[in-house]
Amino acid sequence: MSDRLLVGTRKGLFTVEKQSARWTLREPAFLGDPVTAVLARDGGNTIHAALNLGHFGVKMRRSRDAGKTWEEQAAPAYPPQPENAPGPAWKLVQVWTLENGGSDEPGVLWAGTIPGGLFRSNDDGDTWSLVRPLWEHPQRAEWMGGGYDAPGMHSVCVDPRDSRRVSVAVSTGGVWQTRDRGETWALRASGMRAEYMPPDQQGNPLVQDVHRMVACRGNPDVMWVQHHNGVFRSTDGAQSWTEIKTAALSAFGFAVAVDPNDANTAWFVPAVKDEKRVPVNAQLAVTRTRDGGRTFEVLREGLPGEPAYDLIYRHGLDIDVAGQRLAFGSTTGGLWISENRGDSWRCVSAHLPPIAAVRFVS
Amino acid sequence: MARVVFTSHLQRHVACPESDVSGATVAQALAAVFQQSPQVRDYVLDEQGHVRRHVHIYVDGRRISDRQRLSDTVLPTSQIYILQALSGG
Repeated sequence: MSDRLLVGTRKGLFTVEKQSARWTLREPAFLGDPVTAVLARDGGNTIHAALNLGHFGVKMRRSRDAGKTWEEQAAPAYPPQPENAPGPAWKLVQVWTLENGGSDEPGVLWAGTIPGGLFRSNDDGDTWSLVRPLWEHPQRAEWMGGGYDAPGMHSVCVDPRDSRRVSVAVSTGGVWQTRDRGETWALRASGMRAEYMPPDQQGNPLVQDVHRMVACRGNPDVMWVQHHNGVFRSTDGAQSWTEIKTAALSAFGFAVAVDPNDANTAWFVPAVKDEKRVPVNAQLAVTRTRDGGRTFEVLREGLPGEPAYDLIYRHGLDIDVAGQRLAFGSTTGGLWISENRGDSWRCVSAHLPPIAAVRFVS
Repeated sequence: MARVVFTSHLQRHVACPESDVSGATVAQALAAVFQQSPQVRDYVLDEQGHVRRHVHIYVDGRRISDRQRLSDTVLPTSQIYILQALSGG
């Protein structure tokens, strides 16, 4: 089980550690600077953090000593933009997600970004390259912004059985998959439904607003998606998706986590769609299915009893490598941890800056 | 030599001391600065070489007009200020 949690916030990178049965906040790194994505490996000795300095652009920081010291590294950069290139400017707006490559490719990192580019590093973040076949795919021009002005890639799933096979999700642009480490790509969002589109477009895989996509580590063909208007599940490695219509409280939300050892168990933090984006009836709750989406439980023990308006963003929910501990953080600075798979929760802090991402160290 | 001065807010992230550089345009003056301090470039310009959206550059009290090619004129006596726009919370 993981005893350390990294929390990327609007005002810095916080670390929470379990010591003597208590979860304790440590001094933050980068206090005052927005942290949009964070990634650890080697038991937390190596940490990558993506900062978005607003005025001065996106910056990458790496620690090789568990966060004691940090060094600046190159940020992903788009190549020169050809004249009249369609779509958004070829300028990095935000690093939205960071993932490690497979266990057979140490030093490989993937970064999903706004305005939609996928970047790969082969040298632990010293240098980055845009994955051009996907960026230059003709259908990329049809991706749209979802919450931001430009499209964004927020989920990267590397198949633990085959590192060449990578699935990514775009808001909005569906799910894309490569089986050759990025050389060729196929759209994989069949079965999703976009109720906000005109009727004849609702089933178009290219317009699907996936909010977050995760894959079960122990059974990677099972993937879960929290979508703008529903929950979807694939059992064939994203070849096809089935809508889960039994989701409790609301079909809307951003975050999803899947048990690494049990593909039938997944957690969500639903919200009132779509214009409001607050907990249903102002009662913060996590939902859990343990039977592949046939039924859902509502988990509230330890969560606020009073009205709460916490919204959980797409990287704001995580599960540890053992599948026992979960954590989630909100846009109003609340952070909760469960040590029993969501049955009960403990508030670590209700006063953090707005939380973009939580990540257990493993 | 034109004098280049950076906002103190940038000093928090990267060393960027005042410097005297030669150049007939903002692009040339900044190129000289970046030659001395290469790490400053990505804080002021984006990957297309344009001034970042929330950064302003003033030459002798006037905000530059060409934020893409940086063609505004610089004189040997010019003072170039690189500032952050006010934004965020």
